[in-house]
Amino acid sequence: METALTILLDGLVFSSYLFIVSLGLTIIFGVMKILNVTHGSFYAWGAYTAAFLIGLAANAGWPDWAGFAIIFFAAILVGLVLGLILERGILQFMYHRDEVLIVLATFGSFLVLEDTILLVFGVDPYFAFQPMQLLGSVELGGIARDTYGLTLIGLAAVLAVTSWLVLRRTHWGKLLSAVIFDRELAMAMGLNVSRVYIVTFVIGAMLGALGGAYIAPTVSVAPGFGVDVIVLSFAVVVIGGMGSVPGAMIGALAVGIVRALAVHKFPQFELFVIYAVMATVLVFRPEGLFAPVKARKI
Amino acid sequence: MPPPILDVRNLHKNFGAVTAASNINVSFTAGETVGIIGANGAGKTTFVNMITGYLKPTRGAILYRSREITGLPPRSIARLGICRSFQVSQVFVSLSVLENLLTAVAIASSPGLGMLRPLRRPELIERAERIMERYRIAAFRDQLASELSQGARKLLDIAMAVAGGPKILLLDEPTSGISTEEKQPLMDVVMEALKQDELTILFVEHDMEIVERYVDRVLAFYQGEVICDAPPAEALRDPKVQEFVIGGEYQAGGGHA
Amino acid sequence: MNLVRDRTVQGLTLALGVMLIVSALVPSWIVNQLLFAFSRAIVVLGLLVLWRTRLVSFGHALYFGLGAYTVAMTSRYTGVNDAFALLGAAALLSTVVGFFVGFIIRRYRDIFFAMLNLAFSMILYGILVKTEALGSTDGFTIEQPTFAGIAFEDPSEGKLALLCLLMVVGWAVAVGVQAYLRSTLGRLTTAIGDNEIRVEYLGYSAEHAIHIKYVLSTFLAGLGGGFMALALGQVDPDSMVNWTASGELVFVTILSGPGSVAAPFIGSFVFEILRTYAFEWMPHAWQMIVGGTLLIVIFFMPGGLWGLVSGVAQRLTRRRPAAAAPGAGG
Repeated sequence: METALTILLDGLVFSSYLFIVSLGLTIIFGVMKILNVTHGSFYAWGAYTAAFLIGLAANAGWPDWAGFAIIFFAAILVGLVLGLILERGILQFMYHRDEVLIVLATFGSFLVLEDTILLVFGVDPYFAFQPMQLLGSVELGGIARDTYGLTLIGLAAVLAVTSWLVLRRTHWGKLLSAVIFDRELAMAMGLNVSRVYIVTFVIGAMLGALGGAYIAPTVSVAPGFGVDVIVLSFAVVVIGGMGSVPGAMIGALAVGIVRALAVHKFPQFELFVIYAVMATVLVFRPEGLFAPVKARKI
Repeated sequence: MPPPILDVRNLHKNFGAVTAASNINVSFTAGETVGIIGANGAGKTTFVNMITGYLKPTRGAILYRSREITGLPPRSIARLGICRSFQVSQVFVSLSVLENLLTAVAIASSPGLGMLRPLRRPELIERAERIMERYRIAAFRDQLASELSQGARKLLDIAMAVAGGPKILLLDEPTSGISTEEKQPLMDVVMEALKQDELTILFVEHDMEIVERYVDRVLAFYQGEVICDAPPAEALRDPKVQEFVIGGEYQAGGGHA
Repeated sequence: MNLVRDRTVQGLTLALGVMLIVSALVPSWIVNQLLFAFSRAIVVLGLLVLWRTRLVSFGHALYFGLGAYTVAMTSRYTGVNDAFALLGAAALLSTVVGFFVGFIIRRYRDIFFAMLNLAFSMILYGILVKTEALGSTDGFTIEQPTFAGIAFEDPSEGKLALLCLLMVVGWAVAVGVQAYLRSTLGRLTTAIGDNEIRVEYLGYSAEHAIHIKYVLSTFLAGLGGGFMALALGQVDPDSMVNWTASGELVFVTILSGPGSVAAPFIGSFVFEILRTYAFEWMPHAWQMIVGGTLLIVIFFMPGGLWGLVSGVAQRLTRRRPAAAAPGAGG
């Protein structure tokens, strides 16, 4: 019974983490049809920037709770700067080209950004434990857990509700839905698709950076930080349905719980199961479980 | 009377609640040229798509030379000798005109392991060149298909459909996207070339002048049903055809009234 | 077959002859470079066949790794240690896996093709890093192989022998792929990339043709992986099976360009040289160089290195008759 609870809780925490890092990816894919490998860079840059600033703040004697403000500041800053550079500098010239070439261009950008991190932040790892230390731990089901880790669930819930509200209830959300449903039609209706793209990409980048920034206090931020998260978030997004926000939630839950189960029961299958689920979903439902509805073209 | 080359029996097709074809019973004799007319959404393309295997009928049977071909994939039907051209030309845009035709000729003449033989074989090149001559696209031999004009691309599309030497050819709106002045010359080239092959031709067409000029028989579609099956002179004067297909009285040589 | 008169085949044969002589004269570090370059080139040759149909696989490290690990495992657990047997096993296993996976893969295009390959390769990665018996994250080392029973005392002689074998095999597969590309089936490569519907209606199954291409590419990836394992003397999951390894293979494919079966050999060699010097001079800028190069190729050199080389060659050959023409006319 206790293990079941542990698995569930672990799974939920990991699912929340996955949802946070996948949300931006799925939004960018849904609107722009770009499978964005640089998402891993946003994540890594977010983590490095947050960890670096939290370290500075601690040295300057700022209170520990400032770390939370810094995390969000870092995410917005990184998303704005990197998102704009990539969209304006590279992607805007590629929209008419092959989808696969765009993936390759984002892959190239990812590699460049990986080494830029080394140039800016050096090769030594960063630790930004202050926010985590501040919250301490709670006992749940007989096991002591970091409160900070549990706040991931809250953040994921807030993001899920916010994105749902924005997409369903705001003017902007309706514009996005129109573009997702039928890009040509949206353009023909006089929608400024290019502006929609910029905003979408920057928001997606901020979300990716937020994932990294928020996770930074719990780990050591070291080179290669963004590599694994790329395929992990790809798996989540593919399972849920590329471009779907509820899909990302379902995908994150599926991967999170399955992985937690594997970690506790069959540790040697930890990675295997994630990609086995991804492959299975792709084979039977290549559009994913919750692919958004598209206009019929024929 | 010789047995029909193509026999369509009691064909139905539903897309959900929409009926795109219902109770179609027609047969075609070898060597006929049949015009298929009807308003948009009347079921002409659905009919062509079912015969060529792109769509599977909900009910009914299609017999080609007394052999049932219902539900076979397009490639098998093509190999049996039923080929088609397309409303929007389907050509290999990054290959030259010669390579487009070579590919078509080679696939048709290389079953199984024959596909491993080189593409540029002299006998294939010669055949491709003969076809180019006939369809008046020899001048563009080494041009990329993407660089062709609409008309030339259309001719290439049709030439590729006949390259394998089919017995039945379905032309899906051969003159769509072509300017009015170019339509007749284009169809002259096509029909002249096709005559030499003694093909059975079914073609979907909107332009009644073209229909009247080239076909032996007209099939008129309305709401998924065949409402008229007669020689053109008779069909174009049929009140039902005039009401549901042409949308007015047809005057020979005068186009739509 | 007039393959003998094919200019690419003639060029490859000439290059093989020259390289066999050159490799005996160069220092051993160059021998190593050539081993890595040509092992990878064999894999890239398969990816080139896919790329011509506009299919990009983000998971061919699966077959590359499968080939490498087959060599390592066979030599470790069966005692068989002959290069011919090991490489044969590597190519065979990856081909068999590719054949079965191909039934699923052939239905997918574009990014779905890329992603499904990625998923399958990550499954193997997931198994490897978590299994002690397969070497886990460290992988393991491989002994020097024998060559048809002949054992070389001096390791550098062994490497040279491996390189000679690699070059002969590389020549053979390049000629084979060239013959395939000239065949009707191979020429369908571009046609399928352009318009699958038309291929179907001409009477051939695009899925069938893609399956054949896929199996060909998995055979070459396994073979190249096997050579790479012997060349390195070790295998490990991160540099051979992880998605970054697949990305590297795709990078070399794009860098080489789809223009010729000779392109992968040139591209891989340039890649290897670039890597060696980058690590020496700018150890923290290697990925930046790769990424930057990838962007440059995508934006400015759609034909890759081969396009660049053949473009220059064309300009040179064109200038001569053009210069001669006025004289002849006057």
